[in-house]
Amino acid sequence: MTAAAPAGPVRIRIDRERCIGAGQCALTAPEVFTQDDDGFGALLPGREDGGGSALVREAARACPVAAVSVRRR
Amino acid sequence: MTEVVAFPQSRTCPYHPPQAYQPLRESRPLSRVTLFDGRPVWVVTGHAEARALLSDERLSSDRENGNFPMPTRRFKGLRSRRAALLGVDDPEHNVQRRMLIPSFTVKRTAALRPWIQRTVDQLIDDMVARGSSAELVGAFALPVPSRVICGLLGVPYEDHEFFQEQSRRLLRGPEPSDVEQARDRLDAYLRDLIGRKRAAPGDGLLDELIADRLENGELDVEELVAIAAVLLIAGHETTANMISLGTFTLLRHPEQLAELRADPSLLPAAVEELMRFLSIADGMLRVATADIEVGGSVIRKDDGVVFPTSVINRDESVYAAPDTLDWHRSARHHVAFGFGIHQCLGQNLARAELEIALGTLFARLPGLRLAAPPEEIPFKPGDTIQGMVELPVAW
Repeated sequence: MTAAAPAGPVRIRIDRERCIGAGQCALTAPEVFTQDDDGFGALLPGREDGGGSALVREAARACPVAAVSVRRR
Repeated sequence: MTEVVAFPQSRTCPYHPPQAYQPLRESRPLSRVTLFDGRPVWVVTGHAEARALLSDERLSSDRENGNFPMPTRRFKGLRSRRAALLGVDDPEHNVQRRMLIPSFTVKRTAALRPWIQRTVDQLIDDMVARGSSAELVGAFALPVPSRVICGLLGVPYEDHEFFQEQSRRLLRGPEPSDVEQARDRLDAYLRDLIGRKRAAPGDGLLDELIADRLENGELDVEELVAIAAVLLIAGHETTANMISLGTFTLLRHPEQLAELRADPSLLPAAVEELMRFLSIADGMLRVATADIEVGGSVIRKDDGVVFPTSVINRDESVYAAPDTLDWHRSARHHVAFGFGIHQCLGQNLARAELEIALGTLFARLPGLRLAAPPEEIPFKPGDTIQGMVELPVAW
């Protein structure tokens, strides 16, 4: 497995209308994403910019309903 | 046009796609197959196309749609029956799913791990106490997820013989009447259980749904019965098949097994790779509700579409040497749990169960081996969830 380089700050949006609570974001990049009490994807406090995690884009790709969008800041 | 492939077909080796699907691998990303009744349907075989189409709102999961493709004659009678979750579309699906997701989050399933571990340990203790051989499906592969889903839902495990039998007949028949009767019996059982729980509440997910959704009229009894049936069946059949087929596959791949035993930190990656490699739900179905252009072809409204996950998850453009079992590849993004709004609700629970069940089984029984010639061990036919019918082992 190739280790991806740390990423620069990004802007992450989670569309709660689309989210189905599969938890793939929290599973793929647990240092950035979590699930709230209703099961919806959520950002961990202080990690709204991705925290430099190389897995943020992987997490967005893992989302089965494209509810996670990532843009360079 | 070359030969037309019939769908579904049985595997020749329990962990490889059917040999007869070879032409489908050679005609990615989209081709045609015929169902048992002669109906031609689209078959999606490209990984990118499968992800796009499984999340396309124009492909419906509504089983009541008269054009919804049926994989086998024996499911025809289910068309008119109340469906839930994977048998319905949004917005109905979305309402049901949102009632359930808090119980299946990564966090909630992680909290269940110690209890799953105790369940697994106890079943292995029982096997060891009985001797040095066992039929693993009955002694382990089925009881692990069955106990877990019963505990989670609040269904009494004492009734397991009854609902395991109904679940088996519902999925495998053999006759259409078996399927319908099994559904009737399971519905009656769940209706009765819900009635008893209303009088004397317990602390399972069903009890929560009764208290929070049924009593206030958000759900009616028949919808709750349909939801409970899906959770109960999906909760134990799929994971049981992954445990039995996963064990068989590991025993047939001694090198990969030795590597896994030497480094248990590989377990999560191994479970992901086994999900990809085995693709036990090998034929997801949809019906188009509008014309959809895919590459140069057009899937027309009312056309049936099938997704053979074993073929999709071995797309060479995504997975190098896809027929090799390799813990070091990134198996992530496989579609073994589906994709789109219907992606498996219980996938995080399944991952926890598989890591604990397979990890503990091979750690505690270092001499585990097949107790019959591999080619003589029966596995499931192509028209149902893939897995071992029986798995004789010794240690």
